[in-house]
Amino acid sequence: MIMLEKRPQPSQGWTLATPILAVLLTMLVGGALFAALGKDPLVTIRTIFYDPLFSEFAWYYRPQLLVKGAPLVLIAIGLSFGFRAGVWNIGAEGQYIIGAICGAAVGLALYPMESVFIFPAMVIAGALGGMLWAMIPGILRVKFGTNEILVSLMLVYVAEQLLASMALGTLRNPEGMGFPGSRNLSQYPSAANLELISGSGMHWGVVAAFIAVIFAYIMLSRHIFGFQVRLSGLAPRAAAFSGVNPGRLILLCMAISGGLAGLAGLFEVAGPAGQISIDFNVGYGFTAIIVAFLGRLHPVGILLAGGLMALTYIGGEIAQSKLGLPGGAIQLLQGMLLFFLLAVDVLTHYRVRFGQGEVA
Amino acid sequence: MSEILLALKGLSKAYPGVVANSDVSFDIERGEIHALLGENGAGKSTLVKTIYGLVKPDTGTMTLNGAAFTPAEPRAARIAGVAMVFQHFSLFDAMNVAENIALGMENPPPQREIAARVREVSEKYGLPLDPSRIVGELSAGERQRVEIIRCLLQDPKLLIMDEPTSVLTPQEVDILFETLRKLSAEGTAILYISHKLEEIRSLCDRATVLRLGAVVGDCIPRDTSARDMAELMVGAKLQVPTKAERAVGRGVLVLNGLSAPAPHQYGTPLRDINLRVRAGEVMGIGGVAGNGQDELVAALSGEMRTANGMVMLDEQPIGKLGPNARRKLGLSVAPEERNGHAAAGDMSLVENAVLTGAVRQGLTSRGFLRWGKARAYADQIIKDFDVRTPGAANTAGALSGGNLQKFVIGREILQAPDVLVVNQPTWGVDAAAAASIRQALLDLAANGAAVIVISQDLDELMEISDQFAALNEGRLSEPRAANGLTVDEIGLMLGGAHDMEVAHVATS
Repeated sequence: MIMLEKRPQPSQGWTLATPILAVLLTMLVGGALFAALGKDPLVTIRTIFYDPLFSEFAWYYRPQLLVKGAPLVLIAIGLSFGFRAGVWNIGAEGQYIIGAICGAAVGLALYPMESVFIFPAMVIAGALGGMLWAMIPGILRVKFGTNEILVSLMLVYVAEQLLASMALGTLRNPEGMGFPGSRNLSQYPSAANLELISGSGMHWGVVAAFIAVIFAYIMLSRHIFGFQVRLSGLAPRAAAFSGVNPGRLILLCMAISGGLAGLAGLFEVAGPAGQISIDFNVGYGFTAIIVAFLGRLHPVGILLAGGLMALTYIGGEIAQSKLGLPGGAIQLLQGMLLFFLLAVDVLTHYRVRFGQGEVA
Repeated sequence: MSEILLALKGLSKAYPGVVANSDVSFDIERGEIHALLGENGAGKSTLVKTIYGLVKPDTGTMTLNGAAFTPAEPRAARIAGVAMVFQHFSLFDAMNVAENIALGMENPPPQREIAARVREVSEKYGLPLDPSRIVGELSAGERQRVEIIRCLLQDPKLLIMDEPTSVLTPQEVDILFETLRKLSAEGTAILYISHKLEEIRSLCDRATVLRLGAVVGDCIPRDTSARDMAELMVGAKLQVPTKAERAVGRGVLVLNGLSAPAPHQYGTPLRDINLRVRAGEVMGIGGVAGNGQDELVAALSGEMRTANGMVMLDEQPIGKLGPNARRKLGLSVAPEERNGHAAAGDMSLVENAVLTGAVRQGLTSRGFLRWGKARAYADQIIKDFDVRTPGAANTAGALSGGNLQKFVIGREILQAPDVLVVNQPTWGVDAAAAASIRQALLDLAANGAAVIVISQDLDELMEISDQFAALNEGRLSEPRAANGLTVDEIGLMLGGAHDMEVAHVATS
């Protein structure tokens, strides 16, 4: 009989080892899945995890890693504060959309004026937009005790409708001959979020993601706010006793996650995406939840996990075009990653014992 | 009456890392009240669970009535005639007494029959209880009666009682003891687990003392002093806290008609509490659990806000201030629940030192934590209060209850507050650690602080308090000088009138 025995303290070693184990298990089961789909599992796994980095076309894919990874890391860092404090903002996707809409709206309103202040103004508008969208579930929870998981999730669909309405109406390109979608911001120099070094994939969003990682690391390990966040998650009553104002903490966590998601949306719309369109959002806000947990809600972990997730995105695209793998299989692979991580997490808190049990 | 009912021989049980019982042997005679004594962690619970079929011993044998007794599960033990009343009741609040009792039966007879038998047993043993009442409305003592009657309906040969008096008022204790004596006279043996030595002296025929899992001695409680028994339990000379003479200052903490609604469904509202605690004074507040203790502590700590003037510290209204603002002004609190309220179990002791020490100990500067200073502070608490731990980097949850309590109390005392409020400071703490905590509280008062001790342990309150008041349904009685209060007077202050038609035990 296999028994689980609670460890007196979470194992340090397993905390680091479980994400790696989860990745390996995902490759294993993912491989079996690909085999069942009639693809050579080894080739497929190599295409997804190896080719983007080291194949002969890696010079093209590597910058893409930064482009895909930056929004994931930026959003996941924001979510990690709330997740640590027990504030479950599941609606980063919506905040990402609203951030993009607000930021783009500022840029489009000023078109075709040229000024160095336009892009910073868009950045601020993007962050504020995401923040305000996140405040809705935040305030409802604090004032009326609603469940922020449901409210934030539902607001994603509201945001998507709003996005469609913007792309088709308010923000539609007047010179676009009736096609849906706004002007292309990347062709508007003052508002464009272009590559900082040509061919590197490095845009302002990547810089912001790195800054967010450092900021989060310092907050969580050195600042009283980070301490209060962790305390609230681990022992809410102790947090109240310690003097943490729970309502204020919830709003702050929602503001941080919403703000960063909004920023990610703005950097995306002004750069890689270029315009507000109906299908602007591609699920970064949801994938970032996986990134946050895969990274153990730790800033450095999130950075690595964001890279890994970006890898599966790009590798998945290669596998789709080269091997004809269905797109759903890639999403399954990403979901599997979180699934296995949560499953092997048991090892961090419990020791596995083999032997006879006793009646207890 | 010297027939042996249950004989334990060489019982041992080891868990990974701990030996819970090692080679335990003793006998329980028919109809005797046998005390099982020992500090927390001495192995009492494991031993009792072994007898009740919840734990299988590694080695050793038991014989009941001369036949081998190896219960594989509690049901087997019950069939053999062993019944147990647990410290924590397993009753459903929403059901009535008879329904609760039926739930514990193999083949429950119809409700009416159960009700009739409950009435019969409750009359016979002087345990007043109405079978149709809803359990949620019963006092702790009445709930315990439900458990006892549930056991008695099985007609047990051996009744095990785990810390039965910890939730009772003195009057309720008297009723219970009458019942137990009557049971014993009828030939039912009782294994009585407690750490209240005076009770054991008045009730029990024999006592077996456990320390670190092994039997270290036995005694006849009537002929042994409480102090000797305690020293047998602890294995060392016991330091009795000493009250130093001290000057009592003016009122430092004043409560003016403190009232507050119940914070949640099962809470107790605070009703017009007036209190004045002076510097250098220990105010003991007694009361049965659930009479507003938690709410009073929350109102003092700042977790629950009240009208500003209801709580005054040094003539300054603080009723609307939060916990940290109060700490800054010199009011510190140590709540009852150590793990999860006073401390975060998953955090290190260093982080737990920051939990309340940040303000007064200057553990932050411009919002940033000074980990070096925090570590030094945690180390100081560990050293000064003899907290047994490999180091401050260990999590609070890895500490034993007593050690964590020492850490929590030490953390507040070392901040040198002007007023310290502690709730159940020695609950679940072993005798030696309890004595050192009480001494530390007395020393703090001797240094001019006002100390409020909320506790259900009356012996403790009598030992350290200068003034005594009682909480009953959210009301606080008029404080009285603790010196010279009799147990009866205290009982009345506690509202021992939950059921005053005490024990007309049927004499058959």
